[in-house]
Amino acid sequence: MREFGYHRAADVSGAVALLAADPDARFLGGGTNLVDLMKTGVERPARLVDVRDLPLDRIEPAGDGGLRIGATVTNSELAAHPEVRRRYPALAQAVLAGASGQLRNMATVGGNLLQRTRCGYFTDASKPCNKRVPGSGCPAIEGVHHNHAVLGASAHCVAVHPSDMGVALAAFDAVVSYETADGPGALPLADFYLPVGDTPHRETALPPGALITGVTLPPAPVAARSRYRKVRERASYAFAIGSVAAALDVADGVVREVRLAFGAVASRPWRARAAERALTGAPADADAFAAAADAELSAARPLPDNAYKVTLMRNLTVAVLTELAEEAAR
Amino acid sequence: MGPAPAPTHSAITLQVNGEKYTLSVDHRTTLLDALRERLDLTGTKKGCDQGQCGACTVLLDGRRAVSCLQLAVAAEGREITTIEGLADGERLHPVQQAFLDLDGYQCGYCTPGQICSAVAVIEEHAAGWPSAATDDVRPEAGVPELTAEEIRERMSGNLCRCGAYVSIVQAVARAAGAEEAAV
Repeated sequence: MREFGYHRAADVSGAVALLAADPDARFLGGGTNLVDLMKTGVERPARLVDVRDLPLDRIEPAGDGGLRIGATVTNSELAAHPEVRRRYPALAQAVLAGASGQLRNMATVGGNLLQRTRCGYFTDASKPCNKRVPGSGCPAIEGVHHNHAVLGASAHCVAVHPSDMGVALAAFDAVVSYETADGPGALPLADFYLPVGDTPHRETALPPGALITGVTLPPAPVAARSRYRKVRERASYAFAIGSVAAALDVADGVVREVRLAFGAVASRPWRARAAERALTGAPADADAFAAAADAELSAARPLPDNAYKVTLMRNLTVAVLTELAEEAAR
Repeated sequence: MGPAPAPTHSAITLQVNGEKYTLSVDHRTTLLDALRERLDLTGTKKGCDQGQCGACTVLLDGRRAVSCLQLAVAAEGREITTIEGLADGERLHPVQQAFLDLDGYQCGYCTPGQICSAVAVIEEHAAGWPSAATDDVRPEAGVPELTAEEIRERMSGNLCRCGAYVSIVQAVARAAGAEEAAV
């Protein structure tokens, strides 16, 4: 591991000033991803700016009936919070579906959004990878890709974003707030992650040196009836091979509002807007749920070894929406 | 013009099991290596060293964490509890006693991490935290019973390559006072 300097930031302005002064500096939150990547040489920062003491550790009501979640709130605190569990249950479920109790206690909300893909070619510094070394190639396309993207990928990168939390945030129209040396800014989650294109190394629309300060969840009554379902290769403590965050509002057997987002199928949490459009106003039954899933998945471009994901996501979508519809009917 | 190079070492004070230790660390030092190599607290074990096995689990401010991904320098100011700090003199912590009584181990290498994790699992459950095994996470649904399924999910960050899981689940359940639910 490369040697590095360490600073514990006392305030947000000091933290962003340190990053602005050194392009080789990185923010350190829980470190569960960054420290691991530093051990393998994928990340080689010259200094770390520890943000864990910043006053960004609260979950508060946002003025309009939503919630504002500070960037250094741990994943555990987020999932345990009564208002998150009451108003956005799929978000609590998504966080609880990720990692382990130990890692959730360490990992922060800001860090969760910025975690890197677990693509085996990205995490192995001896392999080519366009995300790690632009222009070096993408061995996954011809190599091991059974857990890679089927939506929104490119000829340059087929890695998936590993976050569970982000999938629920995408469904609920979360907005990411940040601070830079030039002042604050905000990005809707829909615009937070950049399309892959030919620049897979550029992952987010955050300006250089920006510090995520929090995530705001707008009020969403539909979210009170929501679920997160995750499929993985073992019962617990594994990354998804496919996941769905869904919220459903049904009246008289007709879908009034639906939120749907997919995980582990793209370089970012994938908001399934085509499916939402197809389903809004449709009957709340399995045929309509399947048709909605197909509307989204018709854009899928699977590789030889991950074509199963298209079927998986279709079935998962139908199953989750059916559960929510049955719950609404009770 | 680049920034001035930053110091790569720091003098830090770690508070471990109620005692203060002052030492100089290379910033690259993990808490795990500081505990084992610098403070001779070798009860905390190194398994994978990548946050995947849980053998290095300790408590930070009462919350379980993997010490292999925790930089020692970033642990300054936090209250660290290791397996050496759980017993009250000669009297074992109830979780330690339950692991002994129910053979919650075979080779024992993962056991300190299992026990530290279990101590926190019982506290997290008592605080009303749901888990991925909890069917209804809404607070109105109440605290889930600490069933075997809940224990297995909550302990899933601690691997045991001997496969002593059956006894581990029973030990955690007994320590939590929930044997009936788990057996």
